[in-house]
Amino acid sequence: MLRVCWKGAHAAARQCVCGKVKAHPLQHCRKYSTAGDSGSSAGKIVAASLLSVGGGLGGAILYAKWDPKFRANVEKSVPYSDQLFEMALGPPPPPLVLLQKKPGKIEPLQIFSLSEASKESKQPKDKAKKSDPAPVEAPAAVEEAPAPTAQTLEEASVEAAHIISAIGEVPSVPAPGTSDESPPGHTAAGEECKDHHEPELKERPAEEVTARLAQQDKAEQDALAALTAGLEESLGSTAKTTLQAIGAQEAALTAIAAHTNKLKEAMDSETPPDEKSSQWKALNEALSDRTRAMEEAEEALLKAKGELENLRGVINSAKQSKINTARPQILAAEENLHSMIVDLDKVVTKVQTAQTEAKIVSQYSELVNEAKAQFQQELANITPETQANWKGLSGKLSADDLTSLIAHAHRRIDQLNRELAEQRVREQIHIEVALEQQKLEDQKALERAVVSTLEHSREDMRLEQEKKAQEVREVMEAEMRTQLRRQAAAHTDHLRDVLKVQEQELREEAQEILNSKMMEQETHYRRLTQEQLDTFTLDMNAAYARLKGIEEAIDSHVIAEEEARKAHQLWLSVEALNYTLRSAGADFPTEPLEGAVGVIKENCAENEFAQALATAIPEESLSRGIYSEASLRARFYDIRRLARRVALIDETRNSLYQYFLSYLQSVLLFEREQVAPPAKLAPEDLDTFKLLAYANYSIERGDLELAAKFVNQLRGESQRVAQDWLKEARLTLETKQVISLLSAYANAVGLGTTQAP
Amino acid sequence: MSEKELGQKWDHCLADSAIKFGTGLGLGIVFSVVFFKRRTWPIVFGTGLGLGMAYSNCQNDLRSHYVLHSKVAKEQ
Repeated sequence: MLRVCWKGAHAAARQCVCGKVKAHPLQHCRKYSTAGDSGSSAGKIVAASLLSVGGGLGGAILYAKWDPKFRANVEKSVPYSDQLFEMALGPPPPPLVLLQKKPGKIEPLQIFSLSEASKESKQPKDKAKKSDPAPVEAPAAVEEAPAPTAQTLEEASVEAAHIISAIGEVPSVPAPGTSDESPPGHTAAGEECKDHHEPELKERPAEEVTARLAQQDKAEQDALAALTAGLEESLGSTAKTTLQAIGAQEAALTAIAAHTNKLKEAMDSETPPDEKSSQWKALNEALSDRTRAMEEAEEALLKAKGELENLRGVINSAKQSKINTARPQILAAEENLHSMIVDLDKVVTKVQTAQTEAKIVSQYSELVNEAKAQFQQELANITPETQANWKGLSGKLSADDLTSLIAHAHRRIDQLNRELAEQRVREQIHIEVALEQQKLEDQKALERAVVSTLEHSREDMRLEQEKKAQEVREVMEAEMRTQLRRQAAAHTDHLRDVLKVQEQELREEAQEILNSKMMEQETHYRRLTQEQLDTFTLDMNAAYARLKGIEEAIDSHVIAEEEARKAHQLWLSVEALNYTLRSAGADFPTEPLEGAVGVIKENCAENEFAQALATAIPEESLSRGIYSEASLRARFYDIRRLARRVALIDETRNSLYQYFLSYLQSVLLFEREQVAPPAKLAPEDLDTFKLLAYANYSIERGDLELAAKFVNQLRGESQRVAQDWLKEARLTLETKQVISLLSAYANAVGLGTTQAP
Repeated sequence: MSEKELGQKWDHCLADSAIKFGTGLGLGIVFSVVFFKRRTWPIVFGTGLGLGMAYSNCQNDLRSHYVLHSKVAKEQ
């Protein structure tokens, strides 16, 4: 039937499957076609979804590119979107705060460089105010520095600005350019950033002060170096030119001297006439030399004077720069200048005297020449035939000529004597006039000399004064330095004392505080230790009590465990016994329960109850084992049948005929096989058949005991027939009862000793 | 087994009756053949004897439990 159903199901299934598809060959096509249709629609769906997703992503990326806030939001909310955005758009834009800060930083620096000049004067004072009083010299130096540099502030500031702008990282226009701007803008900028600057000024530390001082010193030194270089340069050039001028003057001098000498020589008529022409040539040469030398000397003098003026100008400017350290150099330059001027003047005076001498000589020579010319003219007048050039006629002269010449000469001599006498007479006047002239000239010369010497002496005095002033200044400076040093030393001593006193005070204070704190700490510590001890003793006591408790608990636990173990063992052995009961087969009894019971007896040697129970088990079960209920049940049916058949047989009726009758009765008697037994047995219930019915009912319900009870009530042959069965049943029931008792006991003991988890 | 007792008794009884019947029949036949000129009555008689004996044995056997056995007490 099952197979039919199965086949039917198969057929139905096949029908169902085939019902959907027309025929097998079309199945595949249909499937493909359906797959195709469904594929196309699925493809459409897939394409649509992909498109929408892609569109959403692209739109999100584009919008994020445009709006960084949106990008930040998305990055915050969606986990890996920041990586996606980085891939697509690059790193997120940096925060805007940085950009705004940078220009702010640059501007103050720029403005600072701009307002250098206006702030120079303020800064040292501020620094002097705010710097520490410890370095005394530094403020003194600082205070000194502004005073000298007050006037050349602009220059120094320019240079400082140079330096700052060179050193700093300001990418601004170079400082000189800015400082050359119109002052209003300059000052306006200075005004504007005063507020900027004030906080900056206040914040400047001492290191910056020294740095600025160093810068100023450096500027000074640079200026000094420049000055000295300029001075030296100009000095050098001036010296060169002066030397040149002096050389030229001396050359002129020598030329003049040579000329004069030559002229004198030429005037002397001792030389033979042959050499006269050469002499005159030499004289001419000397004259030209002299003139040339004079010109050169003039030029050189002019140049030297110009250079000296330059030098003077430079020295003045150097003096104006007012740099102390340059003073000796200036002085030296001035001295040099002065000496050069003096030398130049000396040489010039020499030249002038030479010139006057030369003038005199030339005048003399002119006179001589004039006289000569006159003489010649007279001679020519007297002796017209003779040539003007009478020099070469010395051999050709006749006696007449000679006598005329002598006469002329005599006349001339007379004339000259007369002139001489006249001259002698006029000599005095001439001498007086000349003296007067000379006096005048001398006066002039004297005045000039006096003036020049006065000037020179004045210069000298001034120079000396300056030198002295310089020396005094140096001395003063040295003294001041020593005083300052003394003051500094005194100050340091004072500071030391004050510091010592303060130290002492502070130390005492600290000591006191330390002591008080120590006391506090000690008391605190003592208290803590006491507390600790108390808590510790408490804990120890508690722990000890707990330990005791634990020990007791453990002991009881051990006992309980022991009990439990024993109970467990008992239970196990009872279970083993129960198990042996199961070894009963259909028709054969169990194993002999001896072993199991022996085990039980061993296991519970000290348990009287168990021992009693164990001994209560009937001998037969121990030795032979018991039948199972099932087998007894099965046997009961035979018993029943037999008992029914021999129901009439008892002591009185036991013939064969009775047997036949009883058999007939059993065959013909119809009754219920199973009848529920009443609670109380009435005498009419003691009928065999009824009893058997009750027993059957009972045994069907598994109540062997009741069945046995009923079977026990059988009489006669039925009883005899059921004897063995009854015995077996009794045995089984007894054993089972004992075993159940034992197991209950074991369970009870087990429950009693079992501890809840 | 007590229940098997009855069965055994009955088996015994049947076997005995069969034997007795057979024996009776045989003897009857023999006797009828030998002594009584092949008359039927000795066969029947023998069979009857046999069956009767068998019946009686059966009955005694089945009843044996209920029969009081007396013993003659020995004289002391």
